[in-house]
This record gives sequence, C-alpha cells and structure tokens, in this order.
Amino acid sequence: MIPGEDPVRTRQKSRAVVMALGLGAFAALMYAISIVKMTMG
Amino acid sequence: MSATTFNSAPSLPADWRDFLALTKPRVMSLVVFTALCGMLAAPDAIHPVLAFTAILCIALGAGAAGALNMWYEADLDALMKRTAGRPLPAGRMPREAALHFGVGLGAFSVLLMGLAVNWLASAILAVSILFYVLVYTVWLKRRTPQNIVIGGAAGAFPPVIGWAAATGDVTLLPVLLFAIIFLWTPPHFWAMSLFARTDYANAGVPMLPVVAGNLVTRRRIALYTLPMAAAAIAPWPLGLAGSVYGIAATALSLAFAILAIDVLRNTATETARMKPEKRLFGFSILYLFLLFSALVLDAAL
Repeated sequence: MIPGEDPVRTRQKSRAVVMALGLGAFAALMYAISIVKMTMG
Repeated sequence: MSATTFNSAPSLPADWRDFLALTKPRVMSLVVFTALCGMLAAPDAIHPVLAFTAILCIALGAGAAGALNMWYEADLDALMKRTAGRPLPAGRMPREAALHFGVGLGAFSVLLMGLAVNWLASAILAVSILFYVLVYTVWLKRRTPQNIVIGGAAGAFPPVIGWAAATGDVTLLPVLLFAIIFLWTPPHFWAMSLFARTDYANAGVPMLPVVAGNLVTRRRIALYTLPMAAAAIAPWPLGLAGSVYGIAATALSLAFAILAIDVLRNTATETARMKPEKRLFGFSILYLFLLFSALVLDAAL
C-alpha cells in the first residue's frame, strides 16, 4: 500500500490483481486442456 | 456482534481474503484429498492436465457450497463464537456478494468439469453442491438432530467424483468410499458438537447433544463406529483392495473404536473435561487421511 492512498482504492487494486491472476491461470488451463483434447483425438 | 450487523453495508469493499474464507479452505483440503484418492485408486489413468482440472473443479465446487452455506447461515454464524469472525457476521462483506460468488463459482466448476473431463463427474459434482446447500443447509440443519446424518452424504461425494472423472463410471469401490465418509461424518461431528454444545444451543441449532443430551450422543458415537469400521474394512474381504489397505483399515478402525469407548465412558458436562471428545474429533480427521492414503498406497503396489 502506498502511504496516504485511499484504503478503498487499495482494496480494489488488490482484488483486481487477484482477479487478473485467476483469469490468466484460467486462460492457460483452457489452452492446456485444448492441446490435451486435440492430442487425445 | 448483533445478528443484524451483517445486513449493513461494509465501509470498505470486501478483501479477496474474505472471498477465500467463504470457500472454507480447511474443509476444502479434506475434500480435495479424498477426491484425489478416489481418482488415484481408480483402475484407469487420466491425463495429468485433466486430473488437475477435475481436482480444481471439485475444490471450486466445494468452495461454492461453503460460500452458499455461509450466505444462508450468516444469522446463525453471528450467534456462535466459533463462526462470528467469518466475513458475513463480522460485517466485512455484503450478503449478496457471498450469494453471487457461490452461485458463480458453483456454475463455473460444474460447467468446466463437464466440458473438460466428463459429464458424469460434472453431474455428481452438481448433485453434491445442491445436496449440501439445499438438503443440509436449508432443509435439515435447523430442523432435525439427524442433520449431519443425512447431510453427511454431501461430504461423501468427492471420492466418487474423483473416480468418475478418471473412469467415466461408478463401481462398487467408489460406492464403499462414499459409505465410509457417510458413516464417518456423524461420530466426527457429534464429537465436536459435544464440546461445542453451548455454541449450538445458543444459536438454536438442534444438534444431538442439545436435543437428546450428552449420554445419547456418546452412545450414538459408539454405535456409528461399528458400521463405519465395517464399511472401512469391507474393500479388503470383497477383493477390491489388498492386505496393505486391509491391515491399515483394521488398525485405524480399532483405534477409532477405542477412542469412541473413551468418549462413551466420559461423563463430563463441562467443555474443559471433554478431552476424550476432543481427542476423537482430532483423530477422526487423521483417520480419514490415513485410511485413504492406505487405499492409494495399496492400489500403487
């Protein structure tokens, strides 16, 4: 947290970071599942 | 903390850790473990990516059920010391956020399981979430001391889902794994409800010690240990597991029974003197971990 930053903004920022990481992980998982499904026929 | 505090709007948006707390991570760890064991004990191999996806879906499904349970029980949680610090009763999150989070997570986990793994595992996952939320939380918990006897089925599904994810079907062994957890749940929860009786009584939850007293509860714990042990040992004589599992299941069930007899002999009414109950509660978690570990070890040998 940056000193003096609005706590609401800080909370929103940390939630956005976690959401971004989750979506990134989901995209990677979907990519991996697609590759597996294609190789399995 | 008043029972109405959770209805007022929090001054800050909920932290991501509060959403994580809604998923009951400790309960989820046991769910993931038993699901993984069900998957590893299955005769068919599953691709590691699909295995990871299936376990992830089971974890998210369990998290969704936990979130919906906390959404519905926010008023009860506010009345019990053990649960008053949860995000909703503590006023750190609006109630609708928990509802939206739980419904979204549940739908996501069921759909992903169906699309990526198979629809049988997806259907059982959906049934387990709905059973926990509608049958246990909404219907049984506040109405009958049989709440955890019937509701225990919800926690018994994960090894069946793990097995179904790997094989695409359900045979006798996963049904027995279901039976083990189903019969293990009442003594596990009744042991806890004995030393948390005041909390449940204050919240008006009709747990067995509150409704029928400590003696009846202690007798039921001892009684339920017998079918639980029979279900735990059954895969061995039925030829579904080998002697490594059989010996482990017999020894663990014997230890469980000894601790259950200690509980039966205890006449204490004060929480401070309920060491046998606390010991049985702690051991019951270890029992399930070791039993399922033995099953996987046995299948690997």
